[in-house]
Amino acid sequence: MSDVAALHAGAESQETPLTPENWGKLGMWLFLAGDAVSFGCLIVGYGILRHASNNWPVPSQVLGINLTAFMTFLLIVSSVWMVLALTAIQQGDRAKFKKYLGLVILGGIFFLGCQAYEWTHLLTVRLPELGLSFSTHLFATTFFVLTGFHGMHVTGGVIYNICVLSAVNRGRYQAKHVEIAGLYWHFVDLVWILIFTFVYLI
Amino acid sequence: MSETAHHEPNYMGVFWWLLILTVLEVAVIYLPIAKFVITVLLVVMAVTKATLVAMYFMHLKFERRTLALVALSPFVLCVFLILMLTPDIYPH
Repeated sequence: MSDVAALHAGAESQETPLTPENWGKLGMWLFLAGDAVSFGCLIVGYGILRHASNNWPVPSQVLGINLTAFMTFLLIVSSVWMVLALTAIQQGDRAKFKKYLGLVILGGIFFLGCQAYEWTHLLTVRLPELGLSFSTHLFATTFFVLTGFHGMHVTGGVIYNICVLSAVNRGRYQAKHVEIAGLYWHFVDLVWILIFTFVYLI
Repeated sequence: MSETAHHEPNYMGVFWWLLILTVLEVAVIYLPIAKFVITVLLVVMAVTKATLVAMYFMHLKFERRTLALVALSPFVLCVFLILMLTPDIYPH
């Protein structure tokens, strides 16, 4: 056992009062709380700019609601796959775990594909024809910053989940590590639920 | 709740609720009612969905209560941020 591992084992032996027997989970929760503040600032900033503007377009008339409703559905389903993957590895069913985590990863990639299509369409067709490009209206800036920041989180989540799948395959990660990755993935889903409402529907 | 009894929540039930609320959210924007009412309905449904994800998928309901303070702290900061920025929209 290396020195670092020994230190780590020493820390693990002390129970955290918030998440007993799993320090990593507390770490992830603290990270997510900080990350939520980042998203919160962007959403609040968007709300304030929109409220202060007197010619803000109605989002549902500019953006494709059907596609993004489908993307919301995709993330919700991938969250369910994530909890099923966690349940599977907790029960020691590795084949089932690999299947569900694989589906989570594919769901994330599919979501990013939809977003790439949406962005391309908005940038090349929709926004120029409505006169809402970056240089003319804050609508474009707030929209792309918010959805882009979220898209980067999905990208990070896909990479994270691929790493977790590979580490479980090599026997380095157990169920408790999968639970921590799950927290991140559900958070990305949760933030999208809020963005879908505040940016697309309201 | 004892810690060993980390019983399985009804994940599919939560999934159906999230799905139904998403469909309702999309439907409600086309209703011929006041914009303000639509906004309130949308916010209530979005917060309900976010709470469902946090409570069941992220297991917040089955963790120690104090962890909820960590989860809620960003919202307190966001409310503070809104209060700090509001004077900028309504200049005197």
